[in-house]
Amino acid sequence: MARAAASQTSVGADHIEERIAVAEIDATGLQTKELNDQLRDLLLSGIKKVNIRNVCGQRYIGTRLYTPEHLRMEIEIFGTPGNDLAAFLYGHKITVHGNAQDGVGNTMDGGEVIVKGRAGDVLAFSMRGGEIYVRDNCGYRTALHMKEYEDKKPVLVVGGCTQDFLGEYMAGGIVIILNLLDQTHKANFIGTGMHGGVIYLRGQVEPDQLGGQVEVTAIEEPDRSILDRYVSRFLERFPEIGMSQREIMQSQFYRLKPKSKRPYSNLYTY
Amino acid sequence: MESDITMPRIRRELYNKEICACSIFGAMNRDGERFNGEGVMLAIANMHVRGNGLGGGFAAYGIYPHYKDYYAFHLMFTGRSHQDKVSAKKELDGFLSSNFDVVFDEEVPHRDESTVSDPPLVWRYFVHPRKEGDDAMLNDEDYVVSKIMWINTRIENAHVFSSGKNMGCFKGVGYPEDIGEYFMLDELYKAYTWTVHGRFPTNTQAWWGGAHPFSLLDTTVVHNGEISSYGTNRWYLEMYGYACTLQTDTEVIAYAADLLMRRQHLPIEVVAKIFAPPIWNSIDRMNESEKKLLTTLRMVYAPLLMNGPFAIIIGQTNRMIGLTDRIRLRPLTAATRGDMFYLSSEEASIRLISPKLDRVWTPNGGEPVIGELNSIRKVLQ
Repeated sequence: MARAAASQTSVGADHIEERIAVAEIDATGLQTKELNDQLRDLLLSGIKKVNIRNVCGQRYIGTRLYTPEHLRMEIEIFGTPGNDLAAFLYGHKITVHGNAQDGVGNTMDGGEVIVKGRAGDVLAFSMRGGEIYVRDNCGYRTALHMKEYEDKKPVLVVGGCTQDFLGEYMAGGIVIILNLLDQTHKANFIGTGMHGGVIYLRGQVEPDQLGGQVEVTAIEEPDRSILDRYVSRFLERFPEIGMSQREIMQSQFYRLKPKSKRPYSNLYTY
Repeated sequence: MESDITMPRIRRELYNKEICACSIFGAMNRDGERFNGEGVMLAIANMHVRGNGLGGGFAAYGIYPHYKDYYAFHLMFTGRSHQDKVSAKKELDGFLSSNFDVVFDEEVPHRDESTVSDPPLVWRYFVHPRKEGDDAMLNDEDYVVSKIMWINTRIENAHVFSSGKNMGCFKGVGYPEDIGEYFMLDELYKAYTWTVHGRFPTNTQAWWGGAHPFSLLDTTVVHNGEISSYGTNRWYLEMYGYACTLQTDTEVIAYAADLLMRRQHLPIEVVAKIFAPPIWNSIDRMNESEKKLLTTLRMVYAPLLMNGPFAIIIGQTNRMIGLTDRIRLRPLTAATRGDMFYLSSEEASIRLISPKLDRVWTPNGGEPVIGELNSIRKVLQ
């Protein structure tokens, strides 16, 4: 059961009292639907922060939290959340104290996801807004068909490396792979079918690891300012990494952009 | 071994295809310490939503130490009526007693039948080959395999679904946790390796013989995915004396593993490249000797390429192997904790029974992850 524990905090010398409501959910034995029902009830009751303990494989955590009033909530997850964490996430902030599974940020709309561990396959799949920060490695098909539209521009920053098919069919957004524990990228088929957005890779990558639809160049000044902004946000979220902004920014970065906005325009036309 | 199998027409022409989003799980104690099935039942139940209750099964290694020198046959007798099952058993008993020395047999113990629907009669026999005439030329394992194929193709309602030494499979229609409950795996058996499967069949009917694992001798396979090359694989295996009779695509992986690893002595690293070869583009980028090896394997063993998405766990007496297709279209997470080695469709299931882990990773597509016993002697003694 969710317990809303309202703690009293006094702010300032004039003793204005502000209620900060933090709810606790023990997810032991809870089904996916039960957990997400509880989250939605808490959001609608005005709770601003929820700690979920003993999470073990429950899926779609944080989805179904859309409200017309744009209510916002902070969710802290202790344990291992199941597939499609933060799917369709609507402006909320989710922090995972541990590893996440497949499909984190699937079609995420806005908000922020922080994973203090690794993420599985299809991280940021079809993501269309908000920011995701993953401290360690992630799996196959990261940022598959990530997209952007006008002011909605998703950002994904990964501290480790990815496996094959990074940025496959990517259509927009910014992906930064910092690869902090290695000098070279091992992934193949990077950016296959990419036709929008940009990928920044720190460390060495060979042309034959890339899909035929991307062009690889050195970074320029505008790229540097983008990297500066998101590397600093990354380090703020994971101080335990113990590296400095300067140290990271001094490394070799490559920029991957699509050669064409319509790489397959001749494939299915007669 | 004979290669002239005659499959009954009715079985030969069954439509064989399956697509599934199953759950797989494996736990191995590399020191050979045995543990009961309670933990793996909890772990697979945590992935309940990946299956649909139409198949569940377990392979367990080290469960029959008192009969470790005998082949443990698990038999399923199916049929509409009790009489069908009993008469299939009678026919089987006759065949076994003229080809094997049966040292002990009994019905596989189970809980109240109301927990599962329409269970077959499940019986186990501990046997020693009695080779006579031309069969005396065969080694024990080839002899056993040929007799299993004979039973599975000639005795209409009898199916050998487990045949290794000191190991056994338990499977049926239901959620895996229910099947584990039915066969009392949490109480009656201790194994150093358990592999488990929860099934979501979509293209073939669910029946007790069609649940995973599929096995031959001590090799067992649980599988998430679809083998779209099933027809090609099956025809190729028939030439080597393997008859696919259980109506699920995964059966070909078990027989292919037996052919390549037991009979042709290929190492698992090579077998992985036969099942899940790199695509030609990748081969083109390799150095000359790798290119030659991989090209040769693709030529010689093209009919054993497992096309389509898959993640599998192969169990054998001395090891547990995880493998996915070359572009990892089905999930597999590996983890270690001390002597324990885990493989799972989802990390949460591993964390449920082992919250602290030394290492967690997702293996690359087409590259096997292998847990081996520290010393095989311990489990053979």
